[in-house]
Amino acid sequence: MKRFAPYLLILPGGLWLVIFLVVPMVFMASVSTQEGDVVNGFVQTFNFSVYGDALVQYQTQFLRSAGYGLVATVISIAMAYPVAYWIAFKGGARKSTYLLLVLLPFFVSFVLRTVSWKFLLADDGILLSPMKSMGLVPDDFHVLQTTTAVIGGLVYNYLPFMILPIYVALERVDPRVVEAAQDLYAAKRSAFTKVVLPLSLPGVFAGVLMTFVPMTADYVNAGILGGPQNTMIGNIIQTKYLVNNDYPTAAALSFTLMAVMLIGIFAYAKALGTENVLEAAAR
Amino acid sequence: MHDSRTNPAFLRGMTQSRSVTRRDAFRMAGLSAAGLALAACGVQGKKVAAPQKDAVAEYWAAQKKNGTLRFANWPLYIDKDGKKYPSLDLFTKDTGIQVDYQEAIQDNSTFFGKVQPLLAANNDIGYDLMVLTNGLQLSKAIELGYLVPLDHSKLPNFAANAAPKVKNPTWDPNNTHTIPWTVGLTGIAYNPKYVDEVTSMEDLWNPKYKGKVGMMLDTQEVANFGMFALGIDPDTSGEADWRKAGEKLKQQRDAGLVRKYYENDYVDALARGDVWITMAWSGDIFQQVAEGKDLKFVVPQEGGTIWTDNMCIPKTAQNPVDALTLMDYVYQPKIATMLVEYINYITPVPATKDLVLADAEKATGDDKASLEQIANSPLIYPSEADQAKLRSYKALTSAEEKIFESIFQPVTQG
Amino acid sequence: MTSTSETGAVGTVPPPRASGTTSGARSGPPVTRKRSGRFGDGLLKGYVWLILAWLFLPIVVMIVFGFNDTQSKSNVTWQGFTLKWWGRLGDYPDLTVAVFNSLKIAVISVVITTVIGTFMGLALGRYRFRGQGATNLVLFAAIASPELVMGASLLSLFVSSGVQTGFVTVIIAHVLFSLSFVAITVRARVVGLDPSIEEAARDLGASTWVTFWRVTFPMILPGVVSGALLAFALSIDDFVITQFTSGSVQTFPLWIWGATRIGVPPQVNIIGTLIFAVGVVIAVVNTVTSRRRT
Repeated sequence: MKRFAPYLLILPGGLWLVIFLVVPMVFMASVSTQEGDVVNGFVQTFNFSVYGDALVQYQTQFLRSAGYGLVATVISIAMAYPVAYWIAFKGGARKSTYLLLVLLPFFVSFVLRTVSWKFLLADDGILLSPMKSMGLVPDDFHVLQTTTAVIGGLVYNYLPFMILPIYVALERVDPRVVEAAQDLYAAKRSAFTKVVLPLSLPGVFAGVLMTFVPMTADYVNAGILGGPQNTMIGNIIQTKYLVNNDYPTAAALSFTLMAVMLIGIFAYAKALGTENVLEAAAR
Repeated sequence: MHDSRTNPAFLRGMTQSRSVTRRDAFRMAGLSAAGLALAACGVQGKKVAAPQKDAVAEYWAAQKKNGTLRFANWPLYIDKDGKKYPSLDLFTKDTGIQVDYQEAIQDNSTFFGKVQPLLAANNDIGYDLMVLTNGLQLSKAIELGYLVPLDHSKLPNFAANAAPKVKNPTWDPNNTHTIPWTVGLTGIAYNPKYVDEVTSMEDLWNPKYKGKVGMMLDTQEVANFGMFALGIDPDTSGEADWRKAGEKLKQQRDAGLVRKYYENDYVDALARGDVWITMAWSGDIFQQVAEGKDLKFVVPQEGGTIWTDNMCIPKTAQNPVDALTLMDYVYQPKIATMLVEYINYITPVPATKDLVLADAEKATGDDKASLEQIANSPLIYPSEADQAKLRSYKALTSAEEKIFESIFQPVTQG
Repeated sequence: MTSTSETGAVGTVPPPRASGTTSGARSGPPVTRKRSGRFGDGLLKGYVWLILAWLFLPIVVMIVFGFNDTQSKSNVTWQGFTLKWWGRLGDYPDLTVAVFNSLKIAVISVVITTVIGTFMGLALGRYRFRGQGATNLVLFAAIASPELVMGASLLSLFVSSGVQTGFVTVIIAHVLFSLSFVAITVRARVVGLDPSIEEAARDLGASTWVTFWRVTFPMILPGVVSGALLAFALSIDDFVITQFTSGSVQTFPLWIWGATRIGVPPQVNIIGTLIFAVGVVIAVVNTVTSRRRT
């Protein structure tokens, strides 16, 4: 009985994951090479040309998404690191209160938060309208439907995913080590770059993993805050699936997206000098 | 709240080390390959033959009134008082049918994209009555047999009170599957604070309004405006004309003129000041003006689009008799008047004009003024001269539709 | 479930001897005593508060505009204070339906997720068995794959097999994406348990069953509870996967997405504020009690 216990325990959840995570990926791959339409049905024809066609047609959106993801990730690191650093080293007894403060805004629904930004940034809204009446910006100045708005929204919505892992890594750095480093190196700066920064890098790497992937696949921010020049690959996939019912193209695009991400994660792990992907992710 | 995956308890778990070997990964890949064999079969689809005449009678003979109705309509498209819908309440009082009214339709393509797989698989879509604009989706729904042919013997009010113009439309001969909910115009709306008087389509291409121009996401809407701007009559247009119109629209987009391709949300953008000049639907702007906004609506000299939103019953409706009852009920002049006084689009019941004026007689102050405005508005009761400038969406065969969509979809989905 | 690199990875749970230094003990005097330190610290502190203000800005706006006495159909400019929207929360019957759908889906999926996720966490934290690595890999994949891809692949499955999307498929999806979070949270708790306590119980003659319910379960309960809360939060807020799997079922986030096309009414701000308030209360209680525990 004891021997089977772990298998019995793992069975319901394991089945759920296999049937609804692993198998659907396979179905998605299968749908991508089918041909047809909703009316006449789709037939498996192993039509791999859909991948070439879709990639040619939507390369702009693919590249744009990757670009947005990259820029937003870099900005997130720049914004998150000082916050995580300050909470970890200067937070004192109130560390958990500060952490809570960072997280509180995210108790509001994701879509609602983004809608709130749309509203804040409106051309005659509460931020821009006073600036316009004071003559600080021209009448036709706008933030909504620009790249700035989309990237800003992405950074806003995923910032805690960056702050928290960096904080966790920094929090584990023994202050006595920092002290010793400061005794060793005369300048505060070298104590930071030679000791603290390297020790916190795994947190940054985990943060990148937790933000870059969802940012690149996001379509809510581009949908609500973006304009005609900001369409991301997620918007295309969403439209193809839910509006056009063009399942093969949609599946081909999402399968490509997933494959690119997986390769990216593997390459990223390799670059970190570890062969074990999970290990890299876990850091 | 989504982001509570940053919960410390969870992070502690995530950051625990665990070992997965490459062999495990390969094993997973093997499992996936097994699934691939399973998934190789295709997606089932069903094509339905056009309905036979006696099949119609047979269908209706087998149906009975259930006392409930699920009605999918567009937002702000019915009279509303707090959480009540007065006309629907009257309907319930008169017929005993409870209405579950839902503002489920934001634009035709999204809604149709949602229900089409269900209809194709013969599943209930959750609604017994829906409102679709004449156009690609409605034509497709009729062609594929997704709509129940109407029993006109149960539509006496429609026969008696509908304007001759809305009867027997080109997209649905003899009103076989649909009768109109309202009719509307697509023209240009603008904010006179920033925009000089607009008379021409060219103002949507005016570099002065860079980043402040709103266009519509709907391919047929945007295509018509592209064609009007080039002096092409959509009714007689062909592929070469569409390509020219597509180029014209792309040029407008790439010059940075277009702020966004909007669905229903252009009204909000106009009210918020995000756009100064935009493609717009007549009734929306009428409502905004009635609320005190300083906005103008014009049908440009090159032309404008006239469209009809049609009530229709999906073939998988659970309560078709109740749906048919409502379709006829709203054609009573009294009810149609309640609707037009709120919706402010063109009503298919011309007799309402006198009733609105009669209501205005009884009303006082602001109410009186606004009712008189409705009765005398060329946007709600358009003149013959205005109507001559108006065009419908181009009727497309499915072969044409493919070309049409491949030209105009890339414009709006840059 | 041990790994060679456990001590090397920064992200690993610290070995017991280090646990004393993780929270309170470290809050001594600041480590830097350099001259420039104080000014730098002040600058850094200002920066942190600036970021916090930025994080809170849209939330404050959301809450405030729930009290806006707006006349028009969209809620954009401030027109004076009113409480009237609180009395007219039910003005949009389909919004009410959507909110209750969200709650129903969250409750049902949390119950399922908590039960099977706890089982998985127990198995992974307690036992070593064949296929453990693969299970971990799938759990990780469930967290790492973008929501969009998860939703898209589920829809592919449902479309291919002719399953009608709706209430049930949403619950399936919600259990799927929150399962890993519960399993991993519970596993962390199980791994941290001292096995000698259970051994002692068995030495005293308790059966496996009694040992589990009387000894093990109470010890892992905090992990189960925080996993369940996490699953609830994930479910009630999910938009992307829900949009792909919902068919014609409306949830709160889906309703807001639809409403962005016509202007979001103040009722949405109020419901958002209420959900926010509940979340805040739970989080504060959680923080206070966990501080008391240590």
